[in-house]
Amino acid sequence: MRTFSIGGIHPPGYKLSAGKPIQRAALPKQSVVLLNQQIGALAVPVVAKGDEVKTGQLIAKSGGFVSANIHAPVSGKISKIDLIPDTGGYKHKAIFIDVVDDVWVDTIDRSDVLIKDCNLDATAIVAKIAEAGIVGMGGAAFPTQVKLTPPHGKKVDVLIVNAVECEPYLTSDHQLMMEKGEEILIGTTILMKAIQAKRGVIGIENNKPDAIAHLKKLSAQYPGIEIIPLKVQYPQGGEKQLIEAIIGRQVPSGAFPIEVGAIVQNVATVFAVYEAVQKNKPLFERIITVTGKSVSRPGNYLTRIGTPLSDLMHEAGGLPEDAAKVIGGGPMMGKALVNLSVPVTKGCSGLLVLTEKETLRNEIKNCIRCTKCVRACPMGLEPYLFMTLIEHEEWGKLEKERIMDCIECGCCTYSCPSARPLLDYLKIGKSKVGEVIRTRKQ
Amino acid sequence: MNLTLVAILFLGAIGLFFAIILYLAARRFKVFEDACIDDIEDALPGANCGGCGFTGCRNFAEECVRSKQFEKLLCPVGGLETMVKVAAILGKETIPADPTIAVLRCNGTCLHRPKTSIFDGAISCAVASATYSGDTDCSFGCLGLTDCVNACKFDALVMNPETGLPEVVEDKCTSCGACVKACPKNLFEIHKKGHESGRIYVACMNKDKGAVAKKACEAACIGCGKCEKVCESNAITITNNLAYIDANACNLCRKCVEVCPSGAIMEVVMK
Repeated sequence: MRTFSIGGIHPPGYKLSAGKPIQRAALPKQSVVLLNQQIGALAVPVVAKGDEVKTGQLIAKSGGFVSANIHAPVSGKISKIDLIPDTGGYKHKAIFIDVVDDVWVDTIDRSDVLIKDCNLDATAIVAKIAEAGIVGMGGAAFPTQVKLTPPHGKKVDVLIVNAVECEPYLTSDHQLMMEKGEEILIGTTILMKAIQAKRGVIGIENNKPDAIAHLKKLSAQYPGIEIIPLKVQYPQGGEKQLIEAIIGRQVPSGAFPIEVGAIVQNVATVFAVYEAVQKNKPLFERIITVTGKSVSRPGNYLTRIGTPLSDLMHEAGGLPEDAAKVIGGGPMMGKALVNLSVPVTKGCSGLLVLTEKETLRNEIKNCIRCTKCVRACPMGLEPYLFMTLIEHEEWGKLEKERIMDCIECGCCTYSCPSARPLLDYLKIGKSKVGEVIRTRKQ
Repeated sequence: MNLTLVAILFLGAIGLFFAIILYLAARRFKVFEDACIDDIEDALPGANCGGCGFTGCRNFAEECVRSKQFEKLLCPVGGLETMVKVAAILGKETIPADPTIAVLRCNGTCLHRPKTSIFDGAISCAVASATYSGDTDCSFGCLGLTDCVNACKFDALVMNPETGLPEVVEDKCTSCGACVKACPKNLFEIHKKGHESGRIYVACMNKDKGAVAKKACEAACIGCGKCEKVCESNAITITNNLAYIDANACNLCRKCVEVCPSGAIMEVVMK
């Protein structure tokens, strides 16, 4: 069975919420829509305090080439546009909406009818995706329309749909495939049309045999789409790892997947594309896995953007008493949250509650040169060396050692027997080296 | 012939041959270096702290010889005394610069600023600030994880376990600026020592709105503007809900200290 060749680890799966049907989370009393939900420029609000909005109405417009539109996730009245701490505790601008009823914009098709045919041409599809404010929903929140407009002269021959869900605990993509398989296949066909690729591949890890069988059965009606089971290995959901695993091409250092003729889209993004193109529905809700060993009702919740995480936690039976840490996203790449009043964003894939026992950290000891981090690194880097170089502020050497290739998957920290916070330092190193590179370019 | 003699002669010949090559190479590639550089380096403190803006004392000494604007160079560690010695070596004159000292622009002690989360990562301000805003609601304040103390080569910064903040030791601080570079929150400022080394500065960097800042920290500057109005020498400006005192304009009259409702303006008592 296929997988990527360099590094990788096998963390335990803990898919507690697997097979739990998608449930609709209750609407919040107040919705807080952050304007920095996407990578790139902040969105610019097009509404003002006191305005009445309908669900699905544009409330903030894309603020640049790399940016995305934001739509009202609820209907009601704009109470203020103010700063609110995001997951990292730093304050960012957000639109606050007091929820009144749930009146949707008329143009959105709310029926369950499957629409298979799409008569739009490539440019129209990309325009529609941009209009709907779709971003990469695997966690990075990179605006999708930018990814779909390859630079001149670059040919794309294959679209890869990332349905790997290699992070432990998370099950939202798995459940989405089980319930919305047909929609995902139509979405894939639409995206293939948008980038004029003849081949579409959906990569699924073989710990989800039901999803593989389900999609394989459905895909018979969709020409060009192939379902490929992959051997379980973290971080298979990394773009470069997935491309290597599926089509055997290695993306060169510092280059984008487009260099080897591939574009990767997350499966949740593909579903959002289906809804945007066929149903006129902008991206204002997503499926979030709420999970953890002590959570009473772990599950997959269809949640509106802007819902406070505390509401979502309530949905899953409230915050357990022994909760020590709540993580936004998966345990490997997610981020511990400062508090639960933070709202749901487009890139938020999970909410994971860890108990005190699970969050215990071992004492940081000296590096014993065991090279476990080197063997675990899926990019073929040397994390132990990076940490030393960062402590000595050797930015030039770090750049030469390709620190910018680091995908921040956390395999090094996970595998370190001395419990050294390798990834924490690598992140600092990356931002410093990035700064050095930017200053040099100017 | 005696074998020993052959060996001695042979080795002697090789030695002579290479000695000539080395001599010629030394003549050919000789680098002229001003003798002053060595003298100046000896006169400098030798801390290699980089506070002057150059990498190490040797580099600074070279710059002293090379520079056409000698008056602008200053070794913050050695201070005026050292610069007078350096000037004497070069036969130039120095203009006495004002003595300076590092000040910490945060007064968010454990008492003033309640903790709202626990950080259990590596003990490093750089790591913590790359991860999130800090363990209190103030995202501008001191993280208390001692990056500055570790960066200080003169033991001039000490953590006060009661306040959770680093303190500057007046006699030891050479204002080299290592702490300014080390602090990820940019809380240190090299501040002019005023009359009899007294100084007044705003010990807060919180740019949030007054109410938000006050909620996070009792000693926060709320940007009310009272100090700006009361200041006679127009030394105080308020930008982004935060007051700033220009040390060059301040005449240490202390009126702002009295009027500040949150006690954000720090005053170092004159000796």
